[in-house]
Amino acid sequence: MWHDAVLVAGKDLRIEARSRVGLWQVVPFALLVLVLLAFAIGPDQASLRHAAPGIFWVALLFSTVLAIQRSVAVESGEGTRDGLRLSGIDPAGIFLGKAAAVGLQLLVLQVVLWAGVTFLFDVQVHVVWLAVVASLLATVGLACAGVLYGALSAGLRVRDTLLPLLVLPVLAPILLAGSKAWEAALNGNAPSGTQWLKVLVPFALIYLVVGVVVYGPLQEAA
Amino acid sequence: MTEQVTAPRRPRWLDVVGILGIVALGCTVWLGLWITPPDVVQGNLARLLYVHPAVATVALYWAGGVAAGGSLLYLWPRTRSLFWDRLAASAVEVGAVFSALTLVTGSLWGRPVWGVWWTWDARLTSTALLLLLEIGYLALRRVPAELDVRAKRCAVAALLVAVDVPIVHFSVDWWNTLHQGGTILDPGFDLHVHGIMLWTMGLSFVAFTLVFVWLLGVRYQVEVLQDAVGDQELDVSLSERWSEDADLVSVTGGPAPYGSGGAA
Repeated sequence: MWHDAVLVAGKDLRIEARSRVGLWQVVPFALLVLVLLAFAIGPDQASLRHAAPGIFWVALLFSTVLAIQRSVAVESGEGTRDGLRLSGIDPAGIFLGKAAAVGLQLLVLQVVLWAGVTFLFDVQVHVVWLAVVASLLATVGLACAGVLYGALSAGLRVRDTLLPLLVLPVLAPILLAGSKAWEAALNGNAPSGTQWLKVLVPFALIYLVVGVVVYGPLQEAA
Repeated sequence: MTEQVTAPRRPRWLDVVGILGIVALGCTVWLGLWITPPDVVQGNLARLLYVHPAVATVALYWAGGVAAGGSLLYLWPRTRSLFWDRLAASAVEVGAVFSALTLVTGSLWGRPVWGVWWTWDARLTSTALLLLLEIGYLALRRVPAELDVRAKRCAVAALLVAVDVPIVHFSVDWWNTLHQGGTILDPGFDLHVHGIMLWTMGLSFVAFTLVFVWLLGVRYQVEVLQDAVGDQELDVSLSERWSEDADLVSVTGGPAPYGSGGAA
């Protein structure tokens, strides 16, 4: 399973490295969301600083949808999904591999977003470990839930419109817990932030386990 | 001509449940509006107590339970049957109606008591998210597919939602600990509900549960019919297409369709 996961993740990341869709489309989109939300809030520095964690996580969530759509799209070519299914690779391995590839891209994206938030909204992270742990846990949750819903909508002609409707409400706890943990990290209030990690941990674990179990049947249904 | 799809006979018990539901609902309305006294603190607003908690219970526990249970039983290979899939789908649809009613009745009560139609309270927010998740499921359900493919896809989606709902619930509970939803569901509050008010409230739970079962049964039958109509429409359009081809061949004298041995 682990070997298969590495193979699949390597394949997806190689495709990304060659096509650079993530770099030239998803990253600029995330930065665009930062700027647009700042426009909506107005130029007042204090309110922008107050809203910064929320803006960061909304931008990340929207970009996650794009990253998932991209991860599904690379398998949508003629017979590609069937090829993957017939290759004898363990479905759990495919799930873990795809989730790892998406997760790695999201981590890179978060570094860029972090820089963007620091630069545009003039905020500083006071409890760095809290922000990093929250981001890592959220990345696992986002990637696992995202890849699952991506598989669910794969092969549907309406997948581009259906996927956000299905996945965004499911990701709501991550948005909530992530922005609260980041708020605490920005304000230097570690104890209140650690409470929110208790939402991120079960979310990540549950979707990781559910994904490993149901990816096989899901693949058959797509 | 299309052959008529005949509806499966509605079981007798479903009619009985429907009639009992209407009677119980009628009694709830009568007791709730005319017999029970207005509340000391909330006046006539307290009469929503005979609607809102019962509707919310049906939306969250009954509909949610049937949807999750049905989906799980469909995914389990030993119990796999379209019955469970259709039951789960019907439960989600009826559940969405009850979730929406929960929000509407809560909002009607919130306006005079809290002064706003909507507040970012934990219980409200998680119910609104539940409604959105249900709408997502129903959208997925509408995507045309083979019956068993659709069933598997929807069952997995329902389970993913079922996993998410407790997380949403706990996270928003923490997010806003100042919520006032406890006014109704606070365990201590029951102490203030006495006599006829308590009976009316109990009756409302029975009434809405009966209505839920009835709606679920009727919706299940519609689901069966929809699938039958879908199958038949496909057969009809296939046979029409074949006959069009045959006509075309006989007019133009072109190559005959397969199996007629025309082309050598």
